[in-house]
Amino acid sequence: MKITRELVERIAGLSRLSLSEEEKKQMTVQLEEILGSMAALDRLTLDGEHALQERENVLRPDEETQSMERTELLKNAPETDGEYIIVPAALGQEEEG
Amino acid sequence: MEWETVIGLETHVELATRTKIFCACSTKFGAPPNTQCCPVCMGMPGTLPVLNEKVVEYAVRTGLALNCEITKYNRFDRKNYFYPDLPKGYQTSQLYLPVARNGAVRIELENGREKDIGISEMHMEEDAGKLIHEPENGCTKVDYNRCGVPLIEIVTQPDFRDGEEVVAYLEELQSILQYLEVSDCKLQEGSLRCDVNLSVRPVGSAQLGSRTEMKNLGSFRAVRRAVAYESQRQIAVLESGGAVLQETRRWDEDRNKSVSMRAKENARDYRYFPEPDLPPLRLDEAYLELLRQQPELAGEKRRRYRQEYGLPAYDADMLTGQKALAEFFEETVARGADPKTASNWILGQVLRQLSQRNLEAKDMTLLPRTLARIIELVERGEINRNTGVQVFDGVFDGGDPEEYIKVNGLRQVSDPEQITRAVETVLKQNPGPVAEFRAGKEKSFGFLVGQTMRNLGGKGDSKQVNVILRNRLSEP
Repeated sequence: MKITRELVERIAGLSRLSLSEEEKKQMTVQLEEILGSMAALDRLTLDGEHALQERENVLRPDEETQSMERTELLKNAPETDGEYIIVPAALGQEEEG
Repeated sequence: MEWETVIGLETHVELATRTKIFCACSTKFGAPPNTQCCPVCMGMPGTLPVLNEKVVEYAVRTGLALNCEITKYNRFDRKNYFYPDLPKGYQTSQLYLPVARNGAVRIELENGREKDIGISEMHMEEDAGKLIHEPENGCTKVDYNRCGVPLIEIVTQPDFRDGEEVVAYLEELQSILQYLEVSDCKLQEGSLRCDVNLSVRPVGSAQLGSRTEMKNLGSFRAVRRAVAYESQRQIAVLESGGAVLQETRRWDEDRNKSVSMRAKENARDYRYFPEPDLPPLRLDEAYLELLRQQPELAGEKRRRYRQEYGLPAYDADMLTGQKALAEFFEETVARGADPKTASNWILGQVLRQLSQRNLEAKDMTLLPRTLARIIELVERGEINRNTGVQVFDGVFDGGDPEEYIKVNGLRQVSDPEQITRAVETVLKQNPGPVAEFRAGKEKSFGFLVGQTMRNLGGKGDSKQVNVILRNRLSEP
């Protein structure tokens, strides 16, 4: 797949990232390289003894365990009030859910 | 021009599992913010989700009750979007292989008309966190307790034509989910949420008009009003020569109108792809067969109550309105009460007590055997019906009806001599009404019955009181 500058801008937009001109150039090259590496996987022959053994039906019982301590959890947040995680105002772009 | 409204519904239902869909955090509603979270539902690097088996069971049960085909080979997919209600940056959902497809729900409308609403698909997914917007402080507060709570999303065909049909469907859906005990279905706590997709078209047209999606419908009343409003709004736009913009709108219940949230043209590209962290889920025939043993649903109960017990449709509808009430009724009948008598007591006295106390049937402590006993005591003439109600109120929170009757001296007076004595006293005290009755005024008889009952402390056997009083009045 050919990574274009437009595609980089589009993906950055979807991810809420603002990239500088320099970064856009860098990303175009890097994404192209990443996809190139991934394409190598497509060339593997995965049959016979190399066939992919996929597990199925990995389930857990509906049993509760202790959640994280809130103080520990909130250490991962950029800003909190001790109860909530605080983020910049996000009104007006509500999601599908 | 005559217009037709076309509506489809997407309903999100929170499943009543103890724990979240992919981790063992509690799903309990109302906990302090961010206290029911762990590295998995927070999407921390290196964690792996593991599917809750109860979610699968509840989803499949619901799919079967909605008459769907169940997908045997299931996978999950990632729906990618960046928004602070989702710490992972994607919602784990099912796009390509939803667990259930091609079902139908039969709804009953006001005039007894029935209609089938097609279910196009139903899938499992996780809920997002809760955001509290504080524009005055320029920030948004995030509570992730709800993040990862299991949801099923049920998508209908565009089969509805008005708000009445939509509400009838939601009520039926709510009833099914409650009877299956897979969800609490509380609109106000958000455990049942629906989005309305609505368009209008000229009557007779086979083509669908451009549609809007409406969110934030917090009650059945809001659904009814929002449908009426949005359909009128679109008709007005089209009649004035405009075009309906395909967009998402938010229902504002206080202002009784819908307002635009965003245009669909800028709809996000969710870049769905298969969830690599969850292996496929294969459901075999033995498992499905096990889940086909479903509890009897409201619709089946309604039919059975009419046929087996000979109840009027109104009684059958009311009794099956709450599963706990229907069960209470069945157990009362199983203990010997006549079905129609039991139904009268439940729809009259039980519902009166519940509404006075603002309780639901499932929270009631009254036992079916207590009601059956009271009914029996009235039937046997040991207490009269009014006293029966007094006893019922007295033991509603617990207690033995016979003990209550004894302690409060409520046993019915059926001794003819005692009743005759009361009648004599009343006749002596009320010469006016006696003369009126003898002159042909039947109404005065009721008054004299009332006075006699009063004289007997309300405990008189009303049949005997009537007979003795009438006999005595026909004497000169």
